[in-house]
Amino acid sequence: MFDDALHPTPATAGRPAKWRPATEESRLTRILLIAAALGGLAILVVAPLAVVFAEALARGAAQAVTSLTRPEATSAIRLTLIVAAISVPVNAVFGIAAAWTITKFDFRGKAFLITLIDLPFSISPVVAGLALVLLFGTNSLIGGWLVASGFPIIFALPGIVLASIFVTFPFVARELIPVMIEQGRAEEEAALTLGASGWRAFLTVTLPNIKWALLYGVLLCNARAMGEFGAVAVVSGKIRGQTATMPITIEMLYNEYLSVAAFSLAAVLAALGLLTLALKTLLEWRHADQLAAGRRH
Amino acid sequence: MHIEIDEIAKSFGSTTALHPVSLAIPSGALVALLGPSGSGKTTLLRILGGLEFPTSGRVLFDGQDATGLSVQERRAGFVFQSYALFRHMTVFENIAYGLRARPRRTRPPQAEIERRVTRLLELIQLPQIAKRFPSQLSGGQRQRVALARALAIEPRMLLLDEPFGALDARVRKELRQGLREIHDSTGLTTVFVTHDQDEAMELADLVVVMSMGRIEQVGRPQDIRARPATPFVREFIET
Ligand SMILES: Nc1ncnc2c1ncn2[C@@H]1O[C@H](COP(=O)(O)OP(=O)(O)OP(=O)(O)O)[C@@H](O)[C@H]1O
Ligand SMILES: [Mg+2]
Repeated sequence: MFDDALHPTPATAGRPAKWRPATEESRLTRILLIAAALGGLAILVVAPLAVVFAEALARGAAQAVTSLTRPEATSAIRLTLIVAAISVPVNAVFGIAAAWTITKFDFRGKAFLITLIDLPFSISPVVAGLALVLLFGTNSLIGGWLVASGFPIIFALPGIVLASIFVTFPFVARELIPVMIEQGRAEEEAALTLGASGWRAFLTVTLPNIKWALLYGVLLCNARAMGEFGAVAVVSGKIRGQTATMPITIEMLYNEYLSVAAFSLAAVLAALGLLTLALKTLLEWRHADQLAAGRRH
Repeated sequence: MHIEIDEIAKSFGSTTALHPVSLAIPSGALVALLGPSGSGKTTLLRILGGLEFPTSGRVLFDGQDATGLSVQERRAGFVFQSYALFRHMTVFENIAYGLRARPRRTRPPQAEIERRVTRLLELIQLPQIAKRFPSQLSGGQRQRVALARALAIEPRMLLLDEPFGALDARVRKELRQGLREIHDSTGLTTVFVTHDQDEAMELADLVVVMSMGRIEQVGRPQDIRARPATPFVREFIET
């Protein structure tokens, strides 16, 4: 509708028949591009999801539900939720602190710090897991002492949490840094000149300004924390009913040809991810006016 | 309030933004810091407001050393170049911010806050816009809201960084007059930064001409016009 108002059709504008707005592709190109995008989405995203749910329900909903109530499944779900509940807030705080440091202060080694934040993205999660085992495993100095004092890290919850925190560290900071750079320091400085303490300026000015980026980062971080496989597989020792998270349990069940159980759990994991996405969409939709106001400024 | 700048210098790493400069600003004066881009005007203004710390030298308020005072303690009404209005707050909340930020002991009650904000909106002649967001205002309106927000804290001085920089010629003229009136009615010592010599000459009681981190000349507009102290000043006010 916009296009019609802004770009009158060639006939009414009395222009040569070939005239077309510079940013507009031909009709055929447009149709092909849209078809390619939708087709790609269908094959790569929708189909796999549909298959997961179909397989879970292959022998009826009752079987699927029963498989989910077995202790193996419930403990996996509980563990995954606990890990996400710890690592997401920790990374939200770390991410805000890192983004704040990088965008609000000038100091030496800033470029290095930015690279460091990206590190978890560029090295394989398995390598990260192995590094944690070397650091905290029974054979290491710290690990030996920790095990002796009854606080093991590897093959236990702390190791899984550490691995998840490491792998998901960049999400929040990565979302926040560009937003905070774009916004600059002026509003915080204004708050300070008006008598606000640094902490008050952060709570009343910085946080509201970054809340959408923060929410987005937190949701991505959460989705990844719940789905992390590689690093957790190394540090958890895959002890059934104890240190096996949902992704790991799914893999074990699948390898044992328990396809209904495996796919039911996979469906729950996928549903948790979809729930996160729905939450984000809902929030964006309810606060659309604020979002627009924030952007236009 | 009388402001005295005593041998203030500032460098950022290897760049010197201010060589030691000294300047006395009489109480109640309207002063323009005039100079080309990069001459150190903003740096000097930010040092007065406590947003930047000088490398050496002192700032005195009414004869008292204020160099170590924090931004909050200085109580300077600061108007930023791009206004820096809080984008997620309404005009009302923007203006009320400084009052709400006060410690509980000295914070006015809600009714008093409303009364003061309403009065400030009348002062800037925009009584209707309390509920709007900054993104729904014109440039000139934003500038006036920023001024009202700075005045709300009952500042000891008013510091403005290129207050009319981003506005068209007609609005600039109007707002100049507005600033003059507000200055005259409040009697606040006011320092504003500009690189527009007409603006400085027309509005200020005292013009401070700066170049490359140094103060070239301080004087009343007519004196600077009549007797430029250095070749730089002569050239700058001719163009
Ligand atoms: N935070 C900073 N870090 C490094 N250098 C700075 C910083 N702030 C200012 N400078 C430098 O100090 C010098 C003076 O800058 P300042 O902003 O005070 O100039 P100005 O007179 O306000 O210029 P303009 O009219 O362009 O705003 C410039 O050379 C500038 O590059
Ligand atoms: Mg400047």
